[in-house]
Amino acid sequence: MVRFLGFGVGLVFVLVLLVAALLPRDDVPADPIKAIHEHPRSAHWQQDGPLGMGVFGTYDRAQLQRGFQVYKEVCSACHGLRLVAFRNLSEIGFSEAEVKALAKAKDVPSINSQTGEETTRPALPSDHFPSPFPNETAARAANNNALPPDLSLIVKARPNGKNYIHSLLTGYDETAPKGFDVPQGLHFNPYFHSVNIAMAKPLNEDQVTYADGTKATVDQMAMDVVAFLQWAAEPELEKRRQIGVASLIFLGILTLLAFLTYRRVWAGIAH
Amino acid sequence: MSFPWANHYEPKHPLMQWVDQRLPLPRLVYNAVGAGYPVPRNINYWYNFGVLAGVALMIQIITGVVLAMHFSAHVTTAFDSVEHIMRNVNSGWMIRYMHMNGASFFFIVVYFHIFRGLYYGSYKAPREVVWMLGVVIFLLMMATAFMGYVLPWGQMSFWGAQVITSLFSAIPLVGETIRTWLVGGFAPDNATLTRFFSLHYLLPFVILGVVILKIWALHIPGSTNPTGVEVQGPQDTLPFHPYFTAKDFVGICVYLMLFAIFVFFMPNAMGHPDNYIPANPLSTPSHIVPEWYFWPFYAILRAFTINFLWIPAKLWGVIAMFASILLLFFLPWLDSSRVKSTAYRPMYKIWFWVLVVDVLILAYCGGAPAEEPYVRISQIAAAYYFAHFLIVLPILSFIEKPLPMPNSIAESVFAKAGHKDAAAAPAGAAAAPAE
Ligand code: HEC
Repeated sequence: MVRFLGFGVGLVFVLVLLVAALLPRDDVPADPIKAIHEHPRSAHWQQDGPLGMGVFGTYDRAQLQRGFQVYKEVCSACHGLRLVAFRNLSEIGFSEAEVKALAKAKDVPSINSQTGEETTRPALPSDHFPSPFPNETAARAANNNALPPDLSLIVKARPNGKNYIHSLLTGYDETAPKGFDVPQGLHFNPYFHSVNIAMAKPLNEDQVTYADGTKATVDQMAMDVVAFLQWAAEPELEKRRQIGVASLIFLGILTLLAFLTYRRVWAGIAH
Repeated sequence: MSFPWANHYEPKHPLMQWVDQRLPLPRLVYNAVGAGYPVPRNINYWYNFGVLAGVALMIQIITGVVLAMHFSAHVTTAFDSVEHIMRNVNSGWMIRYMHMNGASFFFIVVYFHIFRGLYYGSYKAPREVVWMLGVVIFLLMMATAFMGYVLPWGQMSFWGAQVITSLFSAIPLVGETIRTWLVGGFAPDNATLTRFFSLHYLLPFVILGVVILKIWALHIPGSTNPTGVEVQGPQDTLPFHPYFTAKDFVGICVYLMLFAIFVFFMPNAMGHPDNYIPANPLSTPSHIVPEWYFWPFYAILRAFTINFLWIPAKLWGVIAMFASILLLFFLPWLDSSRVKSTAYRPMYKIWFWVLVVDVLILAYCGGAPAEEPYVRISQIAAAYYFAHFLIVLPILSFIEKPLPMPNSIAESVFAKAGHKDAAAAPAGAAAAPAE
């Protein structure tokens, strides 16, 4: 009974599927954007370690500090970093006094303790980075109706995040193919999904002056800021890899012992 | 238990005797996973996946309970509370990455376990109930994983919930009402998040209960084995402890190593980047996909593109998707061949591997965008999926001529061991059967 019913049900499903598979398809016009859109270029990342496998790689503190400088002087005009607190900056090599000073330079919303009115006060190390706009409407109003995303997690929030953002930041010099109109207020960038991005070219040669004398090329600044943004998204990365290596060594030995035990227990037993 | 030659629990220490007379819990453990449970001596490493599934379940429960201590189930705070776990809770990132990857690993293990069952005929009499309880666990796991994925309230959480719950609206007449009732509103919102959290905490313990029933049911006939010949006497079995505890422990160690590689070095490899963007009901991702372990079923859902017999395409897809899992309940009766092990079924062996490849193709198409050629490929692959279980298997059972099987497990084992020993040291060959 089950077999007969099943047979019938099976035939119906197979019929419906095969009819659908055999039906001719409507012609889908090729998407012109797809032809222009480019995949991210792979850069070499110090934090990926030897072979780019990311097993032993650690962040370069000097690079993270340079990246922070780029974020602070350029990107923070439009992009927030709301999940990172000033105190976290001590993890990338800033001293306690430097962190205090960096925090103090920014104002955060507060309440006047006498009158209860809304006001601002200098940030403390425990405060998170303040967002550049009070709300989404203000952010859009200032950016041609586009919303600059918060950058705290951006490296994890895009496929192939590091390479993608690096390509995006350095991809403004490519010119649109002939006959391709870039809409008013947008900028051509073949790495962006729609190839027209609302963010104007944020990085130009020597836009920042690095204290350590590193030459501020567009590529250098892009690498630095992406490294910083990866740290913002994955502050646990180095610790994670350390624990990973230790646990693999531990588990490797345990596996060996387990296997030897197994051999011993089963010695002379046919199976 | 059901094997008369099983070792008996005889506590020697007076304290254990005292306990045994009042609460025979050690006896239960001894009979379930101790020396009191005889197991076919020839089961291979594919039989490790049952225990591994148990390990995976325990990892999920333990890490999940800890996560729940820090998680905040509200649409305004859920995303940030997960980031709080990642950044501020001691080792929070480790617990969260273990839970996230643990779900994927649980499914990997269960898929191996299911296909092992298909290969060695573990669904056949007298183990039908063991198999059906397994399907129940699989369904519960899917529900649990789906609801868990909604909790961080990222873009894929929200839109996954939106797409999957809207499947219910395909039911004629009452569909929209059912969906609204399930979701607690017209679209996923706080009511959805809180109920999913509640159920996500509850269901793993329901799974645990069904696992206990399943082990109980399994212990009546015991495991299958690669020959498919049932256990006939003590010469066919070895006690679970120490033989299979030792063997399972090797498997657990290897499993934990692979798990550690993902958790510590590539924790987001099996996740979707969009879920690191907070949920936004006003912005639809260009390409909504569920977690990878749902891809084969998602492909079946989307393979139905035409209205047929007055039934709209969407409803066909929903019916077929549920049918593709529910048909597993009937497998013991669809396949009426008495031969359990595929090793002795020359025709089924080919179809089995075709099914494996077919499911992999479905998985690939389920993760791909709904475009050509993926849609057409998934239509053909889905057609084979149903044909395999509902048409091919029942027919095979009648026309296939099985290969000659060994008379007993012991015979096959000692024949093999005899060969090996004969090659290595001819004189030692006779010693093997003595154990
Ligand atoms: C003048 C304001 C402004 C500045 C300065 C700026 N951005 Fe942007 N950014 C935007 C806007 C607006 C968008 C949204 C673009 C869109 O959706 O078309 C954006 C989008 C992005 C994106 C997301 C692209 C995507 O895939 O969605 C990244 C990454 C980004 N910016 C990085 C940066 C970095 C790094 C800097 C500093 C070097 C920076 N931006 C400086 C305005 C700015």
